[in-house]
Amino acid sequence: MLRHLSWTARVGLVGVVTLAFGAVFAPWLAPYEQTQIVGEFWEPMSRAFWLGTDQLGRDLFSRMLYGARNTFFVAGLATLLSFSLGVFLGFSAAVLRGSLDQALSRLNDLLMAIPTLIFALVVLSVLPITMITLILVMAILSSTRVFRLARALAVDISALDFVEAARLRGEKTLWIIFREILPNALAPLFAELGLRFSFAVLFLSSLSFLGLGIQPPEVDWGSIVKENKDGIVYGVPAAFLPAGAIAVLTISVNLVVDSILKHTSSLKGGRG
Amino acid sequence: MNQNAQLLDVKKLRIEATVYPPGEEPQKLLVVDDVSFQLNKGQVLGLIGESGAGKSTIGLAALAYGRGGCRITGGEIWLSGRNILTAGAAHTRKIRGGQVAYVAQCAAAALNPAHRILEQVIEPAVEHGLMSRAEALIFASSLFEKLGLPDPASFGNRFPHQLSGGQLQRAMTAMALCGKPALIIFDEPTTSLDVTTQIDVLAAIRCAVRDTSTAALYITHDLAVVAQIADDIMVLRNGKTIEYGCTNSIINRPQQEYTQRLVNVRSIRKPECAGQKDEALRLQNISACYGNGVTVVDDVSVHVHRGQTLAIVGESGSGKSTLARTITGLLPRRSGNTVFFGDKLPPKLKDRTTEQLRRLQMIYQMADVAMNPRQTVGEIVGRPLEFYFGITGKERRARTAALLDQIELGQCYLERYPAELSGGQKQRVCIARALAAEPDLIICDEVTSALDPLMADGILKLLMDIQQRTGVSYLFITHDIGTVRAIADSIAVMHRGKVVRFGQRADVLSPPFDDYTDLLLSSVPEMRLGWLESVLSKRERKGHTDEPQH
Repeated sequence: MLRHLSWTARVGLVGVVTLAFGAVFAPWLAPYEQTQIVGEFWEPMSRAFWLGTDQLGRDLFSRMLYGARNTFFVAGLATLLSFSLGVFLGFSAAVLRGSLDQALSRLNDLLMAIPTLIFALVVLSVLPITMITLILVMAILSSTRVFRLARALAVDISALDFVEAARLRGEKTLWIIFREILPNALAPLFAELGLRFSFAVLFLSSLSFLGLGIQPPEVDWGSIVKENKDGIVYGVPAAFLPAGAIAVLTISVNLVVDSILKHTSSLKGGRG
Repeated sequence: MNQNAQLLDVKKLRIEATVYPPGEEPQKLLVVDDVSFQLNKGQVLGLIGESGAGKSTIGLAALAYGRGGCRITGGEIWLSGRNILTAGAAHTRKIRGGQVAYVAQCAAAALNPAHRILEQVIEPAVEHGLMSRAEALIFASSLFEKLGLPDPASFGNRFPHQLSGGQLQRAMTAMALCGKPALIIFDEPTTSLDVTTQIDVLAAIRCAVRDTSTAALYITHDLAVVAQIADDIMVLRNGKTIEYGCTNSIINRPQQEYTQRLVNVRSIRKPECAGQKDEALRLQNISACYGNGVTVVDDVSVHVHRGQTLAIVGESGSGKSTLARTITGLLPRRSGNTVFFGDKLPPKLKDRTTEQLRRLQMIYQMADVAMNPRQTVGEIVGRPLEFYFGITGKERRARTAALLDQIELGQCYLERYPAELSGGQKQRVCIARALAAEPDLIICDEVTSALDPLMADGILKLLMDIQQRTGVSYLFITHDIGTVRAIADSIAVMHRGKVVRFGQRADVLSPPFDDYTDLLLSSVPEMRLGWLESVLSKRERKGHTDEPQH
């Protein structure tokens, strides 16, 4: 399996696996508690503090590990939710057409017309910020993009004869969506999934940076950047480490997705 | 070598491609193997063979071009005394469009939709510096006239979307002729056209080639067409030469078994049906239109008996496929009645019962898109069994295997995906899927028109066998009169949404004809020399006698 992967895919895989490993095993890997103040503020990297300390003197490496947990969990769940929602509604709109399609599509346009970040800021400043509201808001906002893609794909596919044949057989809408259309739309949807996950990570980080994302004492990469941003003025690199981690994660995910995409489209000689 | 007579000399041409089957090591594939031929000035050579025979690849090789990873690995191609394979890129560039021109199969896709016809027609001649722009413009309109295009002076100002299929193909021929090339490669120029249009394009090509004494390579899978145009014919199969000789000897005295089969294709004939049985389907005054209000099917009344075949014939745009859609309920009819074994079918698909859906099945033209590429053959054929009869598990597998036996494919195909089948096998699987529902009527929408003649013959034989065994009725939609002659019991000829002629096969196909049926029947290429001339001269005579009456 690994033999077939290109070097870019291997690089991506190494990046994703390393970060995911850190996230999963954070409590065992972290040398200190995430909220424990263990030294002076903004200490440089040393044997005791591998990545130095933050603005309150907490170990940055431990916080990065715990932050990875939240970032992965929230962004991942929001992406999966947005896909389930967007794909299901998009396919339904494309298969059923008519007034349902109109209603869903126009509602979708309405949501897309409002800048995502501003919309999220408004909603989150009204609602109590919990992990669940955060995930739901992110999922619904990003499902608009998925809806568009899914609908466009499904409209294309449902014009093909094999979908017509299924209709003539008298198949139910759900069968057409899940058995006829979905398998043929997987490749482009998968590519979008990788991209959307990257965007979700960035979006969550922006929200946390603005103080509306993950709330203390919980921590994620965006909030670490926020807490340590003042250090940049004094030449302290603490803010760049989580920022770098975000960049590495998004790039790695996309490298992996690209290579999986290449494999699935050659598989069974299906539609690319 | 004798340069005066010999224009193109292909010696031991060998072309290879590398294929990458999923999960396996890359394999080398011999596309063209040891093919040699000569072409003199003003001579036409027909390359004929089924798809995958390497005929287009040879045609493109004469432009020193290998498409899609094909590599010319052996042999020589001498064009006007120079080996173009070793002549280098600059020389190749010079000959393409100048000395050798190419006419593609699908002119609609090959012409740029954003530019006017005239600009595209004169481009090669002007680019190669063969004539000035002004000269080229005059020459182009003279070509339009020669090719029988309407209004030659202003024809070039149109855009490709404003032309019909036959006009596009002739415009493309004009583009090839404009550079006054020594050699033109026609790659299936009439395959996607209706027979009535095909005959005009054939006549135009033939006259253009004669008058300009251009040599041509004519690539096609239709032996009857090539017999009208070519001086020599080369029969290819799997990249190898099967037979090579002058047209007369290939058509009248074929030596090889494969050529004989090609010449005798469509020799199956269904015996005349004796007794009239009860009616399977009766259409009463069906009319249908699409959303824009244009009537596509106008007051159609036809019927087909149990165990018999009704062929609906017409050119593209005559409304025959739309008629099929109204019968299946995909497009609700606007008026009229569909009576299916005595009970009226509701116009809309979703108002029909599962039982009604089961008894009426459909087979499509393009087998590749009629099957879900992500399902195995077993899943595709087994689904109707499960859906209509609730058969699952082991029994479903056994029944599916039995169905595959019926269509002459083995059990080993159960786990295959559609992409792993050939065109003919795909169409067989589609037939099996329709049979799985144990229908009373199958609508066959151009089921053989995407297939090579020999494969199409196999499919038709299979369909007839099935009819004899199961007593199923067919509604056979086609533009191919040859197919109709072979398998129909009754025939309906459609023209512009109306049925112009309907009756038993013998009645419809024997005179006196109405004008349209006459045109349609006389346009079908026949496998004999001189057919094109005789038809054209007959039409010309008829035109002259018609004129005084106006």
